[in-house]
Amino acid sequence: MMIRSWRTFFVTSLMLVIAGCTRNPGPASALKPTAFGAALVESSGGKQIGPTGMVLPQPLVVQVNDEQGAAVTGALVEFSGPAGVTFDPASGLTDSSGQFTTNVTLGNMAGRYQLTAHTLTKAQKPVELKVEEIALGYQEQVGFQLDTKYCSRCHNPESTPERVSNYDNLEVKPHPFNEGDTLNKMTDADLTSIISHGGPALNKSALMPPYGYTLSKTEIEALIAYIRLISDPPYHASGIVNAQK
Amino acid sequence: MQSSKNTLLSLWQALFGDPIRAFGVVSLLLLIFLAIAPAKNHFSEWRHYQKQYLTLVRSRGDAVTLERHFHDHDGIQQIWLPQLGVVDRCTTCHAGLKETSLADVGTQPFRRHPAIPHTLDQFGCVMCHRGQGAATTVEEAHSSTLAWEQPILPARYVQSSCGQCHRAPLTGTPQLNLGRTLLARYGCVHCHTIKLPDGRAIKPTDDPPSLEHIADKTTREWIYKWLEDPQAYAVTATMPNFKLNEPDRRDISAFLIASSTPLAGDTAPVAKSEKPPDPTAGASLYGESFCASCHAVQNAAGNVVGGDVGPELTRVGTKVRPEWLQAWLHNPRVYDSGTAMPHYRFTDPQLTVLTAFLGNKTDSDLLANVHLDAATPEQIAHGKLLVTEYGCASCHEINGIKKPDNFAPELTRIGSKPLTQIIFLPGMQHAIPDYIAAKIRQPRAFGAALKMPQFSLAPAQIDALTTALLALTDRAHDLPMALTVPAKPPSDYQPAGRAGQLMSDLACFSCHAINGRGGDMAPDLTWEGSSVQRPWLQAFLKNPGTLRPALIRRMPRFNLSDDDAKELTDYIMTVYQTPAFDRDSMPSSGYPSAQVEQGRQLFYSKYACQSCHIVDTKVDKGYVGPTLTQVGARLNAAWVYHWLKDPQAMRPGAIEPNRNMSDEDARALTAFLMTQKGSRQEAKK
Repeated sequence: MMIRSWRTFFVTSLMLVIAGCTRNPGPASALKPTAFGAALVESSGGKQIGPTGMVLPQPLVVQVNDEQGAAVTGALVEFSGPAGVTFDPASGLTDSSGQFTTNVTLGNMAGRYQLTAHTLTKAQKPVELKVEEIALGYQEQVGFQLDTKYCSRCHNPESTPERVSNYDNLEVKPHPFNEGDTLNKMTDADLTSIISHGGPALNKSALMPPYGYTLSKTEIEALIAYIRLISDPPYHASGIVNAQK
Repeated sequence: MQSSKNTLLSLWQALFGDPIRAFGVVSLLLLIFLAIAPAKNHFSEWRHYQKQYLTLVRSRGDAVTLERHFHDHDGIQQIWLPQLGVVDRCTTCHAGLKETSLADVGTQPFRRHPAIPHTLDQFGCVMCHRGQGAATTVEEAHSSTLAWEQPILPARYVQSSCGQCHRAPLTGTPQLNLGRTLLARYGCVHCHTIKLPDGRAIKPTDDPPSLEHIADKTTREWIYKWLEDPQAYAVTATMPNFKLNEPDRRDISAFLIASSTPLAGDTAPVAKSEKPPDPTAGASLYGESFCASCHAVQNAAGNVVGGDVGPELTRVGTKVRPEWLQAWLHNPRVYDSGTAMPHYRFTDPQLTVLTAFLGNKTDSDLLANVHLDAATPEQIAHGKLLVTEYGCASCHEINGIKKPDNFAPELTRIGSKPLTQIIFLPGMQHAIPDYIAAKIRQPRAFGAALKMPQFSLAPAQIDALTTALLALTDRAHDLPMALTVPAKPPSDYQPAGRAGQLMSDLACFSCHAINGRGGDMAPDLTWEGSSVQRPWLQAFLKNPGTLRPALIRRMPRFNLSDDDAKELTDYIMTVYQTPAFDRDSMPSSGYPSAQVEQGRQLFYSKYACQSCHIVDTKVDKGYVGPTLTQVGARLNAAWVYHWLKDPQAMRPGAIEPNRNMSDEDARALTAFLMTQKGSRQEAKK
């Protein structure tokens, strides 16, 4: 009896060990494209702003076209990006309208992320499409919320039915927050001063009211961090430049 | 076999052959064993990282400062916070967390920590990031192993940690705020009890309809189709899909119809107008009544346009019976006393027009393939069984079935559920966030016989829900109250008397908040009585005019009788008064013209109010704030003055900036604004 149970135990554990060691069949072997395109274009989902480490609000959709510009179904699209970026799914075949959709999760560092979509032409030549997304850290995220609440009604010229822009109604046009050509030339102290004390503080329009009695110092810092991050062209802080190996 | 035995024997002889040699060998072994501990210490991972860090900082411009900071804290570092239960050694390797000059370093573990409102020394690391704070190797600190339960929290859920102490919404945690809203909005808490650390349970906000009189409202065919796929009827439907098979759908629909009792009034025949109705009349009545503030309709492009307080109406004509619809539009409170829909006082011709307009929103494909034979008693009995088993009564009132208690597992401490109690799917990471997210994404993947239905949620919504659930940890519940930031307790404020009844009937709280209760679509009315002038309010209730031209959601006209409008005005003017100032402390007219002129100057030059407000429709264009052309007839002078001095004190969260105005400026501006009497002034010109 003893022996039999021992043997059963031994056989069972051996089977368990073998079962544990046998690898699960991996993900389905690489997809085979059924068609090839000549160009990759972005349909939607580029230039988005989302928090670090989180799924972007809109999926990224790219389309594969042939030489004539017609959509190609069944072309293989693969996405890649800097460390920390994940795509769900990372590769796949274009659908009947030539499009491939993926949900993008940005990395844990605030900043700009260059994502690349790849496909192959019939001649096996790689075609690439670069898309940029911006990840907001905690501070920039707070700045974004404040922008939405207090600033964007005037500083964002785009209107939606839910939020009609006041931009066109202003005699002196405000600078959109991503207008790097202007805002990058202003120091953090300038921005702090104009937000706190209003346009006249820098001899600018009085249509910009002061927010120094409404927003806290940390909130104004957050707003500036956000403005700096979304600036186009990108903002490079001047200051200590550290020698690097 | 023999030869290997010989080799072993000769080896034994060589090492321990004679006592002296044996003593030497044993001593040597002892020495080696003794050396293991210091060697392990010397070659430990954290020393390796500290050396790397020193190499990094020595290559930088401010090497001296950075090195000095480091040498002040050499060796294993520890943050010990007994009150929070934190023992963290993370800073041993993450040596540069506080160094602002390392902002550009992209490699871990030497990155600077991004700016957050808390300091490392006060909160440590594991409070927010989880993981094993006391561990000193990379693997043990970050991953879940046999001995350690708590892996590092993926960054996408990190806001959940804020929610352990912060019970109210925060500006910096939109994902957590959304998740908490969704727990109530998607009805998770109908089945799962979730008790917050302050002891109260989360209350659902979705108000699923009662099914006690469902046969008055719709057909068995529609119920059958709805049960198959609620989102096929309305893409915004929050009811989940129970993945019922064909006979089950047939039997449940049979039971629901059979158990329904008729309500008087729901069957009154729909009035037919003698002349053919104006085809545009319905659309304009729908628009004028601002139905779209709460109800959405899917347009030709497939976009859902409109509010989400009430159900989507894209195919409502295929769902509801015209007789019921007419009765509902006449007074929704007869069918559902707690509905968020106001009781519009539509006239009979208006009812006919609106019933016909909504009844035409049909989709002939929806029920095209649904053919049901008359239900048998067995089918009805089986339907009742299924309705009980699936817990339908957790959300809906159903005749003959009691609301089950604790239908699904309680989620009060789900964020700290021990991993040993969880059955993970093959290939899944053994961590609680992955489990929660997978369970929400596809509940039946954990077993086809499970009852939890399939919700249609976007990836961001799943992450938000996971974040909100992860905040429900043991730590969140066990922290001393003094260390938490409590939320305002929910208010169940109910105005008294006939005005209170009227306010319920008109569902004012669906859009307006008063004393902490109510929606945020429209302005808070807590101090409305101090804010406005009596004649304006009474006229506005009778016929609401446009205050903010840029808004698409506006106050509808309820066709109030004079008596009702007066009753409401009396109540609001008397009860909703701020203690901050005396309403009658400033006159509404008669200001000296010099002061008025000074106010005009201030309005247009110093304060540039025209960027957001309009006083003169010919010149001003701003429409962020309300139009002020008749503000002198609308607002109370003392309110205007105090508002100008500090808008946020009058209405927390107001976006008008505080201008730190002097008393003199505020008085002059008030004088100028009070001369803006609107139409009367224009009539004088």
